Amino acid sequence: MSERKTVDLGLAGPSASPSPPHPMEPATNTCVGDSLSGVPFEWLEGRSRWSRRDFIKGIIASGAAVSGVPYLASAASRPALQAGAVERLISLNVNGQTRRVDVLPNETLAMTLRYKLGLTGTKLGCDRAECGACTVLIDDVTHYSCSTLTQRVRGKQITTVEGLESPTGELHPVQQAFMDELGPQCGFCTPGQVMAAVGLLTENPNPTREEARQAMSGNVCRCGSYDHYLNGIMRAAGEV
Amino acid sequence: MAHLIGQDYMPPDVRAKVTGRAKYAEDIRADGMLFCRLLTSPMPHARVRNIDASAALAMEGVVAILTADELPEVPAPGNTILTNEPLYVGAPILAVAAVDETTAQNAIAAINLDLEPLPFCVDPLESLRPGGPNARTDGNTPRGRETAAEQNTSEGVGELKWTEEDFADAGEGQMPMGEPEREWSYGDVEAGFANAALVLDESFVTAGHAHHSMEPRSAMSYWQNGKCYVYGSSQSQSFVVPGLAGLLQIPPEDVVYIAEFCGGGFGSKGSAYPVMAIPAYMSKKTNRPVLMRISRAEENFIGVCRPAFQGRLKIGFQPDGRITAVDLYIIQDNGPNSGGGDWTAAGSAMSLVYTPPAMRFRGLPVLTNTPPKGPMRGPGQNQLATAVEPILDKAARQLGLDYVAIRRINAPDNSAGYGANQGPVTSAYQREALDIGAEQFDWEARRARSGQRRGSKVTGVAVGQAFHSAGSSGFDGLLRIAPDGKLHVHTGVGNLGTYSYSSTSRVAADVLDYDWNNVEIVRGDSSRGLPWTLGQFGSNTSFTETRANYASGMDAVQKLKEIAAQDLGGSPEDYDVGNETVFSRTNPSRRLTYAAAAQRAIQLGGRFSGEDVPDDINEMTARAVEGIAGTGLIGVARDNMPHTATVPALAAGFIEIELDVETGQFEIIDYLGVADCGKVLHPMGLSGQIKGGAVMGFGMATLERHIYDTHYGLPGTVGLHQTKPPTYLDVPLEMSWSAVDIADPQNPVGVKGIGEPTMGCAAAALLCAISDALGGHYFNRSPIVPDMIVNAASGRSQDHTPLAVHTP
Repeated sequence: MSERKTVDLGLAGPSASPSPPHPMEPATNTCVGDSLSGVPFEWLEGRSRWSRRDFIKGIIASGAAVSGVPYLASAASRPALQAGAVERLISLNVNGQTRRVDVLPNETLAMTLRYKLGLTGTKLGCDRAECGACTVLIDDVTHYSCSTLTQRVRGKQITTVEGLESPTGELHPVQQAFMDELGPQCGFCTPGQVMAAVGLLTENPNPTREEARQAMSGNVCRCGSYDHYLNGIMRAAGEV
Repeated sequence: MAHLIGQDYMPPDVRAKVTGRAKYAEDIRADGMLFCRLLTSPMPHARVRNIDASAALAMEGVVAILTADELPEVPAPGNTILTNEPLYVGAPILAVAAVDETTAQNAIAAINLDLEPLPFCVDPLESLRPGGPNARTDGNTPRGRETAAEQNTSEGVGELKWTEEDFADAGEGQMPMGEPEREWSYGDVEAGFANAALVLDESFVTAGHAHHSMEPRSAMSYWQNGKCYVYGSSQSQSFVVPGLAGLLQIPPEDVVYIAEFCGGGFGSKGSAYPVMAIPAYMSKKTNRPVLMRISRAEENFIGVCRPAFQGRLKIGFQPDGRITAVDLYIIQDNGPNSGGGDWTAAGSAMSLVYTPPAMRFRGLPVLTNTPPKGPMRGPGQNQLATAVEPILDKAARQLGLDYVAIRRINAPDNSAGYGANQGPVTSAYQREALDIGAEQFDWEARRARSGQRRGSKVTGVAVGQAFHSAGSSGFDGLLRIAPDGKLHVHTGVGNLGTYSYSSTSRVAADVLDYDWNNVEIVRGDSSRGLPWTLGQFGSNTSFTETRANYASGMDAVQKLKEIAAQDLGGSPEDYDVGNETVFSRTNPSRRLTYAAAAQRAIQLGGRFSGEDVPDDINEMTARAVEGIAGTGLIGVARDNMPHTATVPALAAGFIEIELDVETGQFEIIDYLGVADCGKVLHPMGLSGQIKGGAVMGFGMATLERHIYDTHYGLPGTVGLHQTKPPTYLDVPLEMSWSAVDIADPQNPVGVKGIGEPTMGCAAAALLCAISDALGGHYFNRSPIVPDMIVNAASGRSQDHTPLAVHTP
């Protein structure tokens, strides 16, 4: 791949800024080794000298697990296949169906589901493993799909919120219980809450309320509907 | 009537939410759709000297760039769509559209942007100092101050500096009080203080914080047949249209606005907002559909936020705790733009919640280079609750009074006055709310546990209160009885998650005595014919829209009776409705089903089928009727029922915590929220509002704050990991709720709103409980974070100055 351009906003040079060295200036940051974690203000997407994509490129080369990258690429931005690169056209098992899909090496599962497979029930609340709106099951275990590379789930069973209903349209007990207890308010976190609850009850069909809230604690609800969701989980417990 | 009001039911959109079928703005796709990304400011204040996008535009797949030069100018200090003078970190400067997001983002990275840094300010008090920095090149207050007339306009920027004497006079750790922007008073304030047994004079700070709705404000747009289609994320539906049309500079009838679902707003998405227009402008430029996905970091900056307060409260008490006088001064951190009215709302709330017989309010908003401010759940009232309630407890301790007692003696009832003019209220039952809460919470027994130690943990027990003005009037109701007999309630209310779009629609069904299974709600898409409705904000929907739907329901009842009289003889007054029929009171066998009456309405035409509409309805409603005219019996009316007073929503929160004085951590053992919201409209929905508001309040009290580095003007709290909205583990394992359930006289079904004070009362209660556990240490600040608690418990001084907004 060719070197990506970084952006110079004129923050680094003395001619551009009369103030003392800026914290975004690489010379003053606390970058440790190859990790981006020490770089201040990395959230200024695409504008730090280390972009998240640079980071992911490095990580993919080293084979380590990484968090997500938020952008999809179509033909326009596809780099040529190089030696050592992963295969692009892969099979994914999603909700019991095998789907052939063209996946970039740095593509996250959330992006594949939402933008290539049309499964928009999986939400992007933060794209940073902070909120849980993108929670799916991978081999029955809850994962943040925003921080899971699609290439790493080949050969695994992926379940999204769209895969919970029976073929006859019967809701999963967790879905029904969340309706009965009026779990959702705005509903944006709900698919993630549903999937986290299904994951919990698959592993522990009869949790205590305390166990349930520990298991659900990776799923933020800004409406604060936690009490209603927990009521739903306790209602669904034993029916799964 | 009234078999639906007060009952639980399944709102029609819940199933879509649990199955993932609910479509939010970012879930919309169209053939040929482009993806749009923003280039935002890395500096708190700068001027764009040059944009070199040549390399970006040469990239394969990049379609267009949009800059501020191509958009209508927004008069200062309004919020801009794009800007060449960014006034905060995160301000959108330009947008790029490309065939996919990666290409758009790569193009953003390839743009050479030349910015000239400009002076900035992140602390209002610093800006008020003589020679202090201004957030904007033309001043530091959101209004011109040259003439009295200018002071009364909402536009313009002025400069206001206080004197060295103002700062010197304040006293150690106290807030200086120079010239205000606004001042009002009633009663004899000085006499009130002179006659008081106890006078407290307290400076305080409440930090600003971000809404961080789960759904960032993504939008998708395209143009078709001269109309602009926008899929947006908004709390409101109809109310967004005029504002959006203004941003797009097209007539409202050329906007098709679709907002079937909204992933949270909390005040930040109540009206049309600037970035919502970007995909539309980009689509116009490229002639293709455009989706703009907003990231969490971008949402932090453009999603508006609650303004911080620096304030000072002087308050006098009789020995029994009754307040004698109040003198309140509030400086609002206004952000760089027009901001919000939190500071004035706080003054009015003070006068209502604590009913001081004499009060003076002074305040001003000061511009800062922090994210634009906007209303957040209880704007002003909830900051006030977090500031005043602990001070009330301090007074209670000094006077030897119970926390509930000092609130009870000052609590508003139906005789309470609101604001500078002490205007009337429709109903207020805060004393009843406190009594119900005290009984259900077993207040006396719990209070006995206050201060109990278990190792390093100490029990704190407290109560908090909050208020919001919760109701409006004068909006339109619209419904249609179809020829098959089904009722279609058209509502312009948005879907922000309270289910009030649906619960208020049930009033029309109740008036017509419908089986709820025979009712459909038409909503979420302005092309479907939606009436003019106030925005879904300000806790107003329950009060406002039950009135509008009552009005359209009564209009339909009248038309049914007229049709029956025409066909079956007699006069309309001889008829009644029930069981989805209109029947003769004297001879019930003389009846028409609603289906038959609707078919007759179509034959009769005129006002029966919406060919003619009332003169006083809004143009938007008239257009909506035009779209469905001739398809059934149309009920349409403006709410002209009497509305002569402020509608108070009041709430009280009762809390027990266990505070670890060694770590500063605490656990909320129990929480009970009690609402005075008139008659309960939808019990489960109310439960969600009381508990959900409390969760947000716990965050406001102890977790969430905007922190800006004063040297560089850069933010320290951006993503959810840093802004820390409460999780499952930050709230009690179980929560409880209750309601006064006394009807409001100015609503046909007795309801008032409630969404906002449920947050403030919980935030206040938690702050008070922490102070209670510490044996009466008052921080005069929110949020209280663990290091402050540890400092207080160990007798160390705090790491921040008393009036600093941005604390370490």
